[in-house]
Amino acid sequence: MRFQQIDQFAAELKADTRAAVYDGSKKGHEKRTKLLFDEYADPDRLRRIAGEVKQHVVENLDTYLPQVEAKLKANGVIVHWAATAEAANQAVLGIMRARGATKMVKAKTMVSEETELAHFLEKHGMEALETDLGEFIVQIDGDHPSHIVKPIIHKNRREIATSFEENGLGAYNDDPQTITRRARHFLRHKYLEADVGLTGANFVSAESGRLVLVTNEGNSRFCLAATKCHIAMVGIEKIVPRDYDLALFLNLLARSGTAQELTVYTEYISGPKSPTQPDGPEEMHVIFVDNGRTEVLASDCRDILRCIRCGACLNVCPVYRQASGHAYRSVYPGPVGAVLSPLMMGDKFPQKADLPKASSLCGACHEVCPVNIPIPDLLLRLRNRAKEENVPSPGTPPMGAWALLASQPTAWRASLFGGKIINYLPTKLLPIPALRAWEAKRSLPAWRGGEFRKWLKTRKGRANVSPPAPSRAEAKKAD
Amino acid sequence: MLNTERKPITGKRVQLMATCLCDAFYDDVAAATVQVLEYLGVEVVFPEGQTCCGQPAFNGGDWTASRKVVRHTVKTFAGEEPVVVPSGSCAAMMFHGTVLEFENEADLGEVEALGRRTWELGDFLVNGLGVKTWPGRFEATVAFHRSCHSRGTNSSSAASTLLGSVAGLKIVEFGEGEQCCGFGGTFSVSFPNISASMGALKLDHIRAVKPDVLVSGDMSCMMHLGGLAKEEGKPIKTRHLAQVLRDALKNGKLI
Ligand code: SF4
Repeated sequence: MRFQQIDQFAAELKADTRAAVYDGSKKGHEKRTKLLFDEYADPDRLRRIAGEVKQHVVENLDTYLPQVEAKLKANGVIVHWAATAEAANQAVLGIMRARGATKMVKAKTMVSEETELAHFLEKHGMEALETDLGEFIVQIDGDHPSHIVKPIIHKNRREIATSFEENGLGAYNDDPQTITRRARHFLRHKYLEADVGLTGANFVSAESGRLVLVTNEGNSRFCLAATKCHIAMVGIEKIVPRDYDLALFLNLLARSGTAQELTVYTEYISGPKSPTQPDGPEEMHVIFVDNGRTEVLASDCRDILRCIRCGACLNVCPVYRQASGHAYRSVYPGPVGAVLSPLMMGDKFPQKADLPKASSLCGACHEVCPVNIPIPDLLLRLRNRAKEENVPSPGTPPMGAWALLASQPTAWRASLFGGKIINYLPTKLLPIPALRAWEAKRSLPAWRGGEFRKWLKTRKGRANVSPPAPSRAEAKKAD
Repeated sequence: MLNTERKPITGKRVQLMATCLCDAFYDDVAAATVQVLEYLGVEVVFPEGQTCCGQPAFNGGDWTASRKVVRHTVKTFAGEEPVVVPSGSCAAMMFHGTVLEFENEADLGEVEALGRRTWELGDFLVNGLGVKTWPGRFEATVAFHRSCHSRGTNSSSAASTLLGSVAGLKIVEFGEGEQCCGFGGTFSVSFPNISASMGALKLDHIRAVKPDVLVSGDMSCMMHLGGLAKEEGKPIKTRHLAQVLRDALKNGKLI
């Protein structure tokens, strides 16, 4: 393989898909910026405060987790701990079997994508139906989400209409309203048939033990209204200290993720239904999932655990826009994924060590992140880790010879004047394969090695005196 | 957040960090930097032993190699004077990147100290020396490309202040200005397809507003965009901020 896998993937991406991803993410980003900057004098300050709150949680998880567990139990919730994806899935299966349940309706949750819960349950003879429209489309297509907030950002409506037709959901019709109506109609029956409703949680308050869920379709409410058992799968980093903090986080999440002041539905769930409530689950379970998170916590990239999964870093990322989410071969794509996905691999880190390279380190992700995660710094740390673990990196020029030269001024100057430095200069110029990669796309400027040093020595005069600048022709050549 | 705090300026002497790119390709940019600084009465010292800021290896993940070069740079730029560099990217390397890769090193203090006296040229002129308007004349419609490594710093606003004040010069905004040009150091050769596609988008936006010249504080972006445009057979004129300022002085017969 000549270049990086993600670059290859981008080069071979269908034009339709690229256009869908590009347009979707660009629009998302622009609406977000407008909403934040039109309404707040200093949105960056909000991002910084939110980042500090979440960092505090991440660094004090050992205090917060027992606190949350106690609160949840006091609220009548059964709490489970799952160290791995497998353990989390088994916990769900165990709960379903104990109730004699066979049918689950699912709201959108990224943790269940991590654990591939739906596949797992299907393998064990259970039905697990996605009820978020995007996730539903992904499921009937046998596809994977390519964005953490907009799972089908890579599809256009013609593709969706075709798969609806193929799945017996009516004759071809690519009108978005018709598509939504058909999905809704199909799902309504399914809610009523289901035994168990599964959700994630966007936040869990340590103070009250409240789970907070945001959606725009109201599907999670249907999941809970129609079933007798609610299971929430929650990453251990989802905690906020106080209910009060939710004002900040809900504001930032909706604005950053979908450019809304608030999502259409915000649910606060404090436990199973009380005796006075007519409906709702009589049994509630929360499964706290680690699945590699404590390892991330132990690393020098723990800041990434602040992430509230808003997707803003994907939307703004120029690499994501060109490559699409599937290029990242992970549940979490884009900038957040380029940090999180390799880290969550544990000792299989080398398999995804190329992800942190898929960035021009432009820093746009850091600029938009509602919890102010310095993503480029984390990408750099992971690049260094890959180098230290000797993971091969196609296309990345070796730096040893350059470092030797660049720390020996005499040799540096000699090669500069002799033009030989072209063999050693990194980034675009080192070594020959890199030079070819550069020139395949862009022409190289003329070599002017040492000219500046010569000019400095030979020019006459100093301050306020015009020195003999390079002639026009020379200046042109230098372009 | 970036640490953009700088040691206050005392005296009128600076050390010039010319950058390896200017050393190898863009000598006129380095020369223009000298001329601009000298016009303001600043004495420019060029430490002969300088090579590169160490960013390429830092960016490529080889921090051991990078630290070797940074240590050389710290030695080369010994002293107390401000270090001025005609590149937002090399400046950010000195005050941010190096701090990251020296986090657990014994000589972090020395590295940080150099970072605190390193200035990107535009930032130095406006926020270091307090220059708010630029004399002379430059008849052109200019598109200014903000380089990504000056995000979160004062460099882009400094460049806009200076360029905006030059007689005859008109700045035109172009679409998606916050987006990266696609250079990205080692990224440009290990992800050439994505890098070039990003550049093509940037060029489309720039061409749409029909500037006479594309200006930036970073020659790496210009090398990438200029090189792409030339390869496409539709070359664009690129200039460094220092060249525009110097040419304004020349046009106004001030130097
Ligand atoms: S890293 Fe930040 S911007 Fe990206 S998804 Fe997470 S919270 Fe949102």
